[in-house]
Amino acid sequence: MIGNLIVVLFDGFAFGMLLFVLSVGLSVTLGLMNFTNLAHCAFGMLGGYCVVVAMRSLDMPFLLALPLAFIIAALVSVAFERTIFRRLYRAGELNQVLLTIGLVFVAAASFAYFFGTGQQPIVLPDYLQGSVEIGTLRFGAYRIFLVVMALLIAGLLVVGLEHTRFGARIRAAVDNQRVAQGLGLDVDSIFAVTFALGSGLAGLGGALAIEIVGLDPSFGFHYLVYVLIVVAVGGLGSIGGSFVAAALLGIFDVTGKFFVPDIGAFLIYLFMVVLLFVRPLGLFGKR
Amino acid sequence: MRTERAISGPAATWLKKRNRISTVEIAFWLTTLLPFVLFPSYLSLASQIAIAALFALSVDLVLGYAGIITLGHAMFFGLGAYAAAVLAKHGWGEPLTGLLAAALIAGVAGFVTSFIIVRVQHLALIMITLGLGLLTYELANSFSSITGGTDGLSVEIWPVLGIFDFDLWGYTAYGYALAALFIGVLAARRIVNSSFGLALTGIRENSARMPAIGSVYRVHLQKIYVISASMAGVAGALLAETTGTVSLDTLSFQRSADVVVMLILGGTGRLYGGIIGAIIFLVARDRLSDLNPQYWYFWIGLLLMAIVLVMPGGVLGGLARLFQRNAK
Amino acid sequence: MSGETVILRAEGIARKFGSLEVARDISLALPVGARHALIGPNGAGKTTLINLITGSLKPDAGRITLDGQDVTALAAAERVRRGLTRTFQINTLFPGLTPIESVLLAVCERKREAGQFWRRLTSHAEAVDEAFAILRQLHLEEVATRETRHLAYGQQRLLEIALALATRPKVLLLDEPAAGVPKDESAALFSVIAALPADMAVLFIEHDMNLVFKFASRITVLVSGAVLVEAEPEAIRADPRVREVYLGSVGDQHAELRR
Repeated sequence: MIGNLIVVLFDGFAFGMLLFVLSVGLSVTLGLMNFTNLAHCAFGMLGGYCVVVAMRSLDMPFLLALPLAFIIAALVSVAFERTIFRRLYRAGELNQVLLTIGLVFVAAASFAYFFGTGQQPIVLPDYLQGSVEIGTLRFGAYRIFLVVMALLIAGLLVVGLEHTRFGARIRAAVDNQRVAQGLGLDVDSIFAVTFALGSGLAGLGGALAIEIVGLDPSFGFHYLVYVLIVVAVGGLGSIGGSFVAAALLGIFDVTGKFFVPDIGAFLIYLFMVVLLFVRPLGLFGKR
Repeated sequence: MRTERAISGPAATWLKKRNRISTVEIAFWLTTLLPFVLFPSYLSLASQIAIAALFALSVDLVLGYAGIITLGHAMFFGLGAYAAAVLAKHGWGEPLTGLLAAALIAGVAGFVTSFIIVRVQHLALIMITLGLGLLTYELANSFSSITGGTDGLSVEIWPVLGIFDFDLWGYTAYGYALAALFIGVLAARRIVNSSFGLALTGIRENSARMPAIGSVYRVHLQKIYVISASMAGVAGALLAETTGTVSLDTLSFQRSADVVVMLILGGTGRLYGGIIGAIIFLVARDRLSDLNPQYWYFWIGLLLMAIVLVMPGGVLGGLARLFQRNAK
Repeated sequence: MSGETVILRAEGIARKFGSLEVARDISLALPVGARHALIGPNGAGKTTLINLITGSLKPDAGRITLDGQDVTALAAAERVRRGLTRTFQINTLFPGLTPIESVLLAVCERKREAGQFWRRLTSHAEAVDEAFAILRQLHLEEVATRETRHLAYGQQRLLEIALALATRPKVLLLDEPAAGVPKDESAALFSVIAALPADMAVLFIEHDMNLVFKFASRITVLVSGAVLVEAEPEAIRADPRVREVYLGSVGDQHAELRR
């Protein structure tokens, strides 16, 4: 029973790490630009389909397809940012929500047109299949891989934001756009690069998600709710907050569905509503 | 100050004229009677539209007038639908009291949740409305003994006023839904043209000033939220009563999103925006019904993006601008 | 000041933003009918003090009493309801509403009639009359039905005051009522202020010393979040410390004068 619990908790944590990769980019861009981008998971979905195409049609190995997902999602997103999204930075939440929801609709329909509405499975390389036994417990190899990836990304982000020049610029722009601009920072291109990185991470997340939750045209919608919960609960612009919120959500979700399947989802929504009522800025939000 | 009444003439006249019923409005309501004679085979669609329009009107009150973004208003629509249906299931199929029960239940839910709604803003507000909507959906799913779970409920509704039976063609259904919509618009009209409506506009225009004129404006927001919730509940009950069924999709996120799309399409803060939006949305969906729903949402998505980018204010907003330009 | 009835009293008001002390042990008393100017160089904390008194900001320490009642713990709106009202340095109006609508709204709020969603707006006859009277008092009757966003800037400044008057304040705090108004118009604006009811206590922030000395019967000089001196205009004019403060920020002064 205890062993069972440990494995379920680990699976939950691994799912949480997947959510972290999917959502951390949105947290940073929302904190930086105040742009409520509900199409974030649509870029995740794009990454997922990239991997599917790369592996099936181009015979690309999984580990090589992952960076491809990142790059394509980043490039496509920055094209949207430069042409459409940037017009709405001052247009108010409602307009941002409507525009990006519209984009999610369009993306879902487009992917359904080209790939059909069915699931798109991929075949993982052997070393990511099966499980690793520690004592009497069996942990999925892919889930271990997920956790390692997520920790790596979290580490890179923290180092990148805290210890590089570009990171310092982003932090300056998040803190106070006007001052940053006054100091001669090119806030515009900081936005663009950050947006690309954030969506690229979403694309990577979408690719990593295929094995865990599957991939179909509804992905952009279905996981949007999870991602928004992570961002809102963690607090905008907070990497640590997203990490904690994603881990909690993943663990709650998986254990909840395992032990109390009837009300698992209900408990998560309830938790979110209560938390946001008590702390509207999330666990680690500053503003 | 009474003696200055004569001087206040021009401003008072202006205030009175501000909200006079226009001939366009009268013409519009006369047109709504046409389906009875011209398109009797589309009466069920027409009643769907009337119901969706009432729902959109309820959302307009909070979103268009009070500026509260909601992505979970199906919560009240669904609660109203289930209230009427559960009542009928337990042997009381009288439609008007069904509407009353729906308004009451949805209103109470609105009152309770309003304390949360008015205390948060921005992303947290969007997430809380979304979360409350999803939460209600999950609850209804779990309490399948009451709600029928995924199967929903099928109920028998008594004749309206004891006279008009719900017929197969939908004459009663449309008449009933249209009457409810008409009363809803009249009520909403009175509300937005009252001092309370003025206060709501003030909150939307500049909530920072409201405390400085002594306004405890959260109370206003709570009040309109409760009113809106009741109205949404009535719309839900209308759907349950006119179709004799209710299912979980009355509570779904899809319904919350669709109603916002309709409202945006027609134009917010104009009372009639939701009605126009509902007509366009549902007629288009009916015309394109052979289309796979996936592709239907492709067009809806494009339309949303187009409205935001090139036609802010929706159809009515666009028309208003057109008339203003011609007037000059 | 002992002989007069004090209507507003602030005692030991203090507030920090991080390590920055924006208000340090500020005390202030306004008698009924006061015409009290609050002056000081830019960044002295004048607007912050108004925010603290009216409840837009919570003080870390201190006590505010209005007409003998402690209002320190009350929300901003509640203080307005008890007669402590302010205007804003930067226009904080309702751009899409007309002046008659805006002032009517403020009157209805005061009469607690703003929540009556079942009544037609025009049925609040007394409120409509009162709103129009206020607009007339501030020379805004000609533009009463024009959207606020289309009003001339000076008219918008007047509307700021009209909104405040609609709350029937016992104490009115005017945050640079003439901010951004051309010099010749600002005198006209101050004559409106001078014509306010004699029993209304008025505290105003103003940079133009001529206007200050003309209209104030008492002056408080604020420097770096603390009261430097409070006295009659003549004493202020002669005070070497005040001169020093203003000489030290002579550039500011010129900038203010030129506006």
